[in-house]
Amino acid sequence: MGITISNISKSYKNVKALQDISFDVKPGELFGLIGPDGAGKTTLFRILTTLLIANEGTATVVGFDVVADYKKIRNSVGYMPGKFSLYQDLTVEENLSFFATIFGTTIEENYDLIKDIYVQIEPFKDRRAGKLSGGMKQKLALCCALIHKPKVLFLDEPTTGVDPVSRKEFWDMLKRLQQKDITILVSTPYMDEAALCDRIALIQHGKILEIDTPQAIVKHYPKQIYNVRANNMYQLITSLNKYEHHHSVYPFGEFVHYTDNRADINPNDLILYLESNNLLDVEIAKTVATIEDTFMELAK
Amino acid sequence: MNNNKVIQVEGLTKMFGDFTAVNAITFDVKKGEIFGFLGANGAGKTTAMKMLIGISNPTSGKAKVAGFDVFTHAEDIKKNIGYMSQKFALYDDLTVKENITFFGGIYGLSRKRIKEKSTVLIEELGLEKVANKLVGSLPLGWKQKLSFSVSLLHDPKIVFLDEPTGGVDPITRRQFWEMIYKAADQGTTVFVTTHYMDEAEYCDRVSIMVDGKIEALDTPKKLKEQFNAETMNNVFLKLARG
Repeated sequence: MGITISNISKSYKNVKALQDISFDVKPGELFGLIGPDGAGKTTLFRILTTLLIANEGTATVVGFDVVADYKKIRNSVGYMPGKFSLYQDLTVEENLSFFATIFGTTIEENYDLIKDIYVQIEPFKDRRAGKLSGGMKQKLALCCALIHKPKVLFLDEPTTGVDPVSRKEFWDMLKRLQQKDITILVSTPYMDEAALCDRIALIQHGKILEIDTPQAIVKHYPKQIYNVRANNMYQLITSLNKYEHHHSVYPFGEFVHYTDNRADINPNDLILYLESNNLLDVEIAKTVATIEDTFMELAK
Repeated sequence: MNNNKVIQVEGLTKMFGDFTAVNAITFDVKKGEIFGFLGANGAGKTTAMKMLIGISNPTSGKAKVAGFDVFTHAEDIKKNIGYMSQKFALYDDLTVKENITFFGGIYGLSRKRIKEKSTVLIEELGLEKVANKLVGSLPLGWKQKLSFSVSLLHDPKIVFLDEPTGGVDPITRRQFWEMIYKAADQGTTVFVTTHYMDEAEYCDRVSIMVDGKIEALDTPKKLKEQFNAETMNNVFLKLARG
């Protein structure tokens, strides 16, 4: 009774936003849709929340069909769109009681569910929503999406543009909500957040690249990755890209993640090559793949 | 002034009523440096940046950007810097070529120079096929790369980048950073804000703002030592949580 998606396609004029998408989200699962801007994440959210009709395919949410039973779905799901869409001219408390009323409930009735989050913005309950900081707006939007105790929660890029501290707090909140039997479908462009989901789908250009647990996805990475470091990052990247055996060269924090197109390599050869390109303090060490490595390999 | 320092800031402060958005910040940025300007939402980054690019008057303190005083020579600063924000990119209803021509004109480049620049830039970005397409139809990553190139059209001494890679796919994000390295390698100073902590590691030096103040400033390596943290993400979490 979570979410089922079967062969969903959607086009806008000549843009194929979604191409034959199929996957299921199990009840109680925290499922991540991971992909960059323009991948089709929002289109899929709008189809599942009954705001948009697909060209092909079917989907159900908590057992209801997104087309035939759209009204029932609207009562059973919470949706937090990527763009802040509360009433800027209403106060924090007015927004919350407005959404409660629309769904025929009261703030008191489901206060348990939002308490943890609401106490953080309660000191500002008389402030207009438009005057809140980014982090507080996000918490209010989450409260409004939860006030009718939905069975499924759709969160479209809740952490985009949010600093690492607030992002971490937000994910802690999601983990607590999951324990209250709410199925969560969340999208994000931040690959590091993928590891916090039970399962993830990597999506780009309207197609699913892979679906699995984050642990399994990184295990499937086909090559050995090397962390390479030297005294000059720009020259290091340029030199590695010119190396005849290179397969991929991606900066990763203080290192470059390098893969070779040969099955077996001797790191000393690479060190010699880089030193002959005037790089100093060259270090090479084996490392393990991240979700981001996998995404880039699949998207290549 | 010391020619090697292209940004010099001392006790720079901005107040909105009783609220101190930027609280006496002091730092220098060297020529050709990639300087990361980090902080939580609401820490005062954007306000500080607006003062440095000459569009917001400081309440007090001193600041020189590209050799010009922010109080008295804001217009000269604007001619000598490039600026790119995530929100204001380019004109969606103009083509790639038209955008380049328009911004070249704004920066006062000659027609001949605009033509030359335009050809080089389109080739470097691999945009030959879409040169006459509307910018609005391009993917976000392409727009951001184009926007960065446009901010460098007039060969500014410093380029200010406000969250240039938010929401961009991981491959394009890295191509974007290769462009930043290249610009810095050619002597352009890069002043950049980001919420991606792996990108903080790409900077020569990083400052972290907390509640209007600069609470830490050093190379990523030294910051990690100072805060006994393995990654910049952990440095950030330790600092911003207080």
